[in-house]
Amino acid sequence: MTVTDTVAGAAAAAGMPQPFAELGLTPAEYEKIVDTLGRRPTSAELALYSVMWSEHCSYKSSKVHLRQFAAKAPPSDALLAGIGHNAGVVDIGQGYAVTFKIESHNHPSYVEPHQGAATGVGGIVRDILAMGARPVAVMDALRFGPASAPDTGRVLPGVVSGISFYGNCLGLPNIGGELDFDPSYAGNPLVNALCVGVMRHGDLQVAAASGAGNKVILFGSTTGPDGVGGASVLASATFGEVKGGGEVGGGDAAKRPSVQVGDPFTEKLLVECCLELFAAGLVVGIQDLGAAGVACATTELAAGGTGGMLVRLDEVPLRDASLGPPEILMSESQERMMAVVEPARVDEFLGVCAKWDVRAAVIGEVTDTGRLVMTWHGEPVVDIPPSSAADGPVYARPAMRPAAQDALAADDPAALPRPADGAGLLADLLALLSSPGLADKSWVTDQYDRYVRGDTVLAMPEDGGLIRVDEATGLGIALATDGNGRYCRLDPYLGTQLALSEAYRNVAATGARPLAVTNCLNFGSPEDPEVMWQFAEAVRGLADGCAALAVPVTGGNVSFYNQTGTVAIHPTPVIGVLGVHDDVRRRVSIGFRDASGPIVLLGRTEAEFGGSAWAHVVHGHLGGRPPAPDLDAERRLAALLAAAAAAGLLAAAHDLSDGGLAVALAESCLRGGVGCAVRLPGDPFTALFSESAGRCVVAVRAGAEAAFAELRDQHGVPGETIGAVGGDSLVVDGCFAIPLTELAAVHGQTLPALFG
Amino acid sequence: MLWHGDRDLRGVDAAILPGGFSYGDYLRCGAIARFAPVMSELVPAARAGLPVLGICNGFQILCEAHLLPGALTRNAGLKFITRDLRLRVENARTAWTRAYSGGEQIVVPLKSGEGAYAADPGTLADLEASGQVVISYAGDNPNGSAAGIAGVCNAEGNVVGLMPHPEHAIDDLTGPSADGLGFFASVVAGVAV
Repeated sequence: MTVTDTVAGAAAAAGMPQPFAELGLTPAEYEKIVDTLGRRPTSAELALYSVMWSEHCSYKSSKVHLRQFAAKAPPSDALLAGIGHNAGVVDIGQGYAVTFKIESHNHPSYVEPHQGAATGVGGIVRDILAMGARPVAVMDALRFGPASAPDTGRVLPGVVSGISFYGNCLGLPNIGGELDFDPSYAGNPLVNALCVGVMRHGDLQVAAASGAGNKVILFGSTTGPDGVGGASVLASATFGEVKGGGEVGGGDAAKRPSVQVGDPFTEKLLVECCLELFAAGLVVGIQDLGAAGVACATTELAAGGTGGMLVRLDEVPLRDASLGPPEILMSESQERMMAVVEPARVDEFLGVCAKWDVRAAVIGEVTDTGRLVMTWHGEPVVDIPPSSAADGPVYARPAMRPAAQDALAADDPAALPRPADGAGLLADLLALLSSPGLADKSWVTDQYDRYVRGDTVLAMPEDGGLIRVDEATGLGIALATDGNGRYCRLDPYLGTQLALSEAYRNVAATGARPLAVTNCLNFGSPEDPEVMWQFAEAVRGLADGCAALAVPVTGGNVSFYNQTGTVAIHPTPVIGVLGVHDDVRRRVSIGFRDASGPIVLLGRTEAEFGGSAWAHVVHGHLGGRPPAPDLDAERRLAALLAAAAAAGLLAAAHDLSDGGLAVALAESCLRGGVGCAVRLPGDPFTALFSESAGRCVVAVRAGAEAAFAELRDQHGVPGETIGAVGGDSLVVDGCFAIPLTELAAVHGQTLPALFG
Repeated sequence: MLWHGDRDLRGVDAAILPGGFSYGDYLRCGAIARFAPVMSELVPAARAGLPVLGICNGFQILCEAHLLPGALTRNAGLKFITRDLRLRVENARTAWTRAYSGGEQIVVPLKSGEGAYAADPGTLADLEASGQVVISYAGDNPNGSAAGIAGVCNAEGNVVGLMPHPEHAIDDLTGPSADGLGFFASVVAGVAV
């Protein structure tokens, strides 16, 4: 029999040494806990503080920067709930609201790719559900090490199968995302999962335990020993070392028990159960259980409400009877939710749970004591002010511009040898199209169900995913995520604005109006001043960019410690943009199809190759300056695209990004199965491969040329007609011509050859 | 909508077992769902002539319940596949395919991980001979199904199972075509008379 460390015992045995460092707490943080409590913490309290004060849960290193999102937020009447909730909520009109968020599951997905990625999907879905919304779609932004590296062969198939296993079973369409490869992610792949949900305005739920006497109910899966310490020792430490000086032998394999195990069918039941509970008005407050499990749900509900809660930990249904209070608090077993329910409605609540075969247990009550008290067979083992755990420490970490930054900027790709003739231009185009980051992604996306729920209007490889919300009116939502670690490595401020611009433009290309922003900020260790500089610059860039584009940040996630030893990943903010589509029947695809007319290139093209796909793929080069974003031009371009789509003037639209015009034209031809012939303005190399921002290629409907030109002038968007859709080849006048069958073969062979 | 836990068909004229992941596909696809209380009513009703269509997981359940011959196994390649496929209607005389003409080609999405149809050689020969192969893959065989079979029916033709999802081919906005409507039009025309 183990002896339980009670509050009374902690007061008596004051000087007992405690393993705070192994749990990821610093000596100063431990002292702060002792000061707060006026005694040493019990082992359960120590467990609770260690996960709540982990970087992953507390945002202790990022908070001082993230405040800019609110401080610089553009005026918006679309926001029903902003930063700080489980997910932001946006008004899309006609009485509908949408909630969306992107979150990282990087560390678990490296240690155990299949379950790590699967539970990443499950976790973000519960965040959306906790706001009161029905989850309607997911997306995934993925980054891996070199495609040919043996470890990528372990991690990538596992991650994709995990997303496929969980999302398909849950019945959520996967409508888009990203896939890229770079040596900087070799030991730290990025798995960022986005979920979007839809509700009526009145359905918004709160994460607050209010009303003394109300019951606290834990429902969903039982609690087991999986995922203990997932937030602290796994997500808040670099690989190859353990933060805080503790030593966990055996490398990454030793961390496998910190990865959660997913049960998507239980999650499906939990989703339907929660939606029925919400509809019946049985829920006063609700919180999903994700990182830090019961510890987080209880402290956040208590801190968000009237401030007191009594929890009987021995009432928590367990799948392993040997678990004690610290493990129960730290477990990250999946598919669990916690609700606050009026005593008179408890029976009705439990009845709905029984209908859906969801296990539920009353584990405590809301109190008016201002304390979060937890007992174990009647003995208090936790007695804390909940806000002390929920708020956590705040650090203004030192930031320093990397010494190598200037040399990197000076290494201009203008010096790289360029193709001399048409054959050389074609060879470079084929090299780009067959490179793993730009190749056909069907090997991945065919493993996801993009059709389920029957409202998917656009999905990958389109610029943005598009979901119909209302069948009668055609109201819909568009979503895109973008991030470019190479641009951000060269300049994190501009690189983040470029990611924002690209996602914004992708949403606009479908015909939607961009409305709001979420973000997943993937960086190395915040304890490295050079990483902290990258982070500060990225956040400043995003806040300024959102202000300029008039789209507020509604929420997001920070993932630090994406580094192995002292080597950090490229700074990789992944930006998600949500747009509203007034009528999805007017959606615009990237594909060139029969009826398409002239091709118009919108925006200005400069010779911008810093961080470009061309420099990366053809020369293995990263240096110089990234393209210069022009946010005012982005706004005008997006407004033009939405207006032209609404007026039915466009047959196709495709944003220009990685690989420039050359890759965009090839993708549009392959998507629609029809070729094109273009005549390039100016230097063909620059026209084909520059990655200047704020550009889009459109196919105008035959007969709509004059109307489109007038609209383009009204919006002040530069553009010129460069050719026409037709034929079965991609023809660049005076340079090269290639049949689409050859393009398709080159584009399609890469990922199957690598991953089977 | 019929509830899995009710032993009651509520007087319906036809039943569709939709796709999905009944009981998470744990153990084996459809192996648990065949024991759902509603199946105790559905099986005899189907044997008595009730039109029943099983789509994807529904097809797997019908096989597990022995309303249809054969079984669905892991895809060749062992990966889940979502793909728009060209199908051929081999039998346009069933309760669910009368709106098509024999040999007609349609485009309908397939999305499954365990869609490879399998049966012993004798059963396959019988299915071919008796016209119980309802739908087959017209182009490449995507998942290693025996004889390229995408859907089969019972001897009477009132029970049909198919792996592709016709409910995702009902308009050009949310699917690759409207070719799947014929399955639903067939049964509606049948019960209307």
